[in-house]
Amino acid sequence: MSHVSRGFSGRRRDAPAGRLPPGQYDVGDGFPVLSAGPVPYTEPDEWDFTVQGQVDEVRRWSWQEFKQLPREPVTVDIHCVTSWSKFATRWEGVSVETLLAEVETAGDYVLAFSDGGYTTNLPLDDVVDGKAWVVDTYDGSPLEPEHGGPARLLVPHLYFWKSAKWVRGLVLNLVDEPGFWENFGYHNYGDPWKEQRYAGD
Amino acid sequence: MAVTRETPRVRRIRLRPPDWPGHVAGQHVDVRLTAPDGYTAQRSYSIASPPSQPEVELIVERLDDGEVSPYLTDELRAGDLLEVRGPIGGYFVWPEHSGTAVQLVAGGSGVVPFVAMLAHHRTSGSSVPVRLLYSARTDADVIAREELRPRPGSAVVLTFTRDAPADWTGPRGRIDRELLVRHSAPPEQSPAILICGSTPFVEAVTREFVAIGHAAERIKTERYGGMGDTS
Repeated sequence: MSHVSRGFSGRRRDAPAGRLPPGQYDVGDGFPVLSAGPVPYTEPDEWDFTVQGQVDEVRRWSWQEFKQLPREPVTVDIHCVTSWSKFATRWEGVSVETLLAEVETAGDYVLAFSDGGYTTNLPLDDVVDGKAWVVDTYDGSPLEPEHGGPARLLVPHLYFWKSAKWVRGLVLNLVDEPGFWENFGYHNYGDPWKEQRYAGD
Repeated sequence: MAVTRETPRVRRIRLRPPDWPGHVAGQHVDVRLTAPDGYTAQRSYSIASPPSQPEVELIVERLDDGEVSPYLTDELRAGDLLEVRGPIGGYFVWPEHSGTAVQLVAGGSGVVPFVAMLAHHRTSGSSVPVRLLYSARTDADVIAREELRPRPGSAVVLTFTRDAPADWTGPRGRIDRELLVRHSAPPEQSPAILICGSTPFVEAVTREFVAIGHAAERIKTERYGGMGDTS
């Protein structure tokens, strides 16, 4: 159990009640950038999004086709495992529910994959029913490459490494396949409210 | 525990965590502070000591608007208990079996994981050629000066972005393409490249490495601890 740190009182306590998971702080107007390697710069005409794996038929959308799909504005709090949280971030994009609407699958797991080789795994249940989006707009502007543009996954109820930057598709799997950080000791599920930062939490 | 002054803004913290399982050079720990009312704050800090050393050393820079780092640099003292968790991270670590040259590039306190890597390189008798390119503001800001002295098989190049010492003959200014071409392992050597520092630093240096012909998959980046804590 935690002991009290002599002389520590904490400085950032102005977060709205009930919105800051344990061990997190409110980053305010900042928006830290995290990635494991170089930022890939993918032009929209080279971009597509596919749903593949254990599916009846592979689905593919070009950038133009993706832009024609029904869109939703999303305003959510996000929580990074490195301990910053950011409240009321404004995004716009396509619900994963919409992308999977006509897909028939026996899989219960999803592996999101990205330009640059990044992957992250999620239970299928955690990306449907309006819990996840593929977003291409942040705060009213096209999503910057350093924040994952042209498009990133947004799964705000899990730690933010699950919201894969530069996402290019989803693989539906029968078995749960750990992604990039999940293979390096980070928690397989990543619920910030249960502080599931690392394997074993 | 002991705390010593590394630079005006930086402290070195020596710990003896009970049941420390050992670590790999480049890994970090999470430090958690708890207030009397149960409020907690935690941040990630890179380990500066090599795996062969029984004491675990952290090197922490004070961020003026930070919550945890000012406590560690200003308040913490010998005898205090500090809650740490780790070691954490298996990605941004010394490439033990790379078989090629290793190029390290640090901005400011981003040098800390490389202090551990160079110490490990030395203590393990590694024959892999390693180079560190280290950008500091001024001479007074240089961290781990003694440990970063060049030795056979490991080259250290410093550049000063604000003021260089009067007798300085080495490079000056920010790390740009020309400085990289002159002072880093060339693409023909296919070096493993590790870059650590602030986000703008990491972005700029990474872009230049790709532009001069290094493969993106040879480049690993980290922003100030863990997956990239900024405070």
